[in-house]
Amino acid sequence: MSDIVSTLQQRFAGVTSSEFRGQTRVVVSKSDAFAALQLLRATGGFDLLVDITCVDYLNYRDAPNRFGLVYLLANTATNERLTLRVFLGEEDLTIPSVVSIWKGADWLEREVYDMFGVELTNHGDLRRILLPEEFTAHPLRKDYPMQGRGERHNFPVLARDRA
Amino acid sequence: MAVELPENVVVSKLDQLASWCRKNSLWPMPFATACCGIELMATGASKHDLARFGAEVFRFSPRQCDLMIVAGRVVMKMLPVLQRIWSQMPEPKWCISMGACASTGGVFDTYSVVQGIDRFIPVDMYVPGCPPRPEQLIQAIIDLQDKIQNEGTITGEEFSAASRQQPKRALMELPVIQSGLGTGGWGPGSQVGPAPAIGGPR
Repeated sequence: MSDIVSTLQQRFAGVTSSEFRGQTRVVVSKSDAFAALQLLRATGGFDLLVDITCVDYLNYRDAPNRFGLVYLLANTATNERLTLRVFLGEEDLTIPSVVSIWKGADWLEREVYDMFGVELTNHGDLRRILLPEEFTAHPLRKDYPMQGRGERHNFPVLARDRA
Repeated sequence: MAVELPENVVVSKLDQLASWCRKNSLWPMPFATACCGIELMATGASKHDLARFGAEVFRFSPRQCDLMIVAGRVVMKMLPVLQRIWSQMPEPKWCISMGACASTGGVFDTYSVVQGIDRFIPVDMYVPGCPPRPEQLIQAIIDLQDKIQNEGTITGEEFSAASRQQPKRALMELPVIQSGLGTGGWGPGSQVGPAPAIGGPR
């Protein structure tokens, strides 16, 4: 496990790693993220993409940036797991898609786009996956009001005469 | 001069007869989206036996139904489906809003959950509970039967009368509380009253 982390640290500048109860986390800069994930797949043997999710660190103490994109990887041969985190600023929410590395990233990235508005380039089919297509907001952002901005009431009313 | 009638002859009005037929053959459309649907199934099953009230024929085609039972929360992606199914049901038709979520949104006061189906389709009977017991649903059906008995005519003209064309929404009668505070949500200062028109702020 430490081999691949040290490989990452040699190849890419500014890679930090930490460990908590046997779980290894690495933080990679946005420009290196795609190459690092390619390396993890090719030489690290992380053949399973467990999940891609996102965290909104708005008003979070000591947060390096607004959004944290989280990749949970697993190596099914050695049973190793790795958490890779990329911090994204609100000003530029584009990051390369990893569908070309793991096919299973397709719907996971669509969900991240749907809920947080992260633009994943070269995805090929970046549509909303859960919310209706006419929805305009990204509701899992912390600055989105929980009760919405009127989307749930934006429907015609069917009265008795419209039977 | 009194007319002698045999014991087994009943005199009634044709309007009453038509209503009697309608109320005892309610065919429900089960629009079950959540846990209320489990109670709806229990109501239809042998222990509570909805067949005693002539309403056991759950039809999964809206064109054969005349009672829509909305059991469970309705999210904004589901609402167009609900409205389409309601439109596909032929008159005469009635609607029971079963449970807290269908009636008010319940605990799901979030951006995606419709806060009461009565904002968008007419509702005849509300059943409180989370989820309501089968006895409560049966009571609602009995009450609805009383309502049907009291309002029907043989020609069915009331189903197109102007009085029924008013949107039946419980919130319609409530006073509109208006204060300048905030525009979003159901917090203090939000407007309680009829749902706003399309595109209105809420």
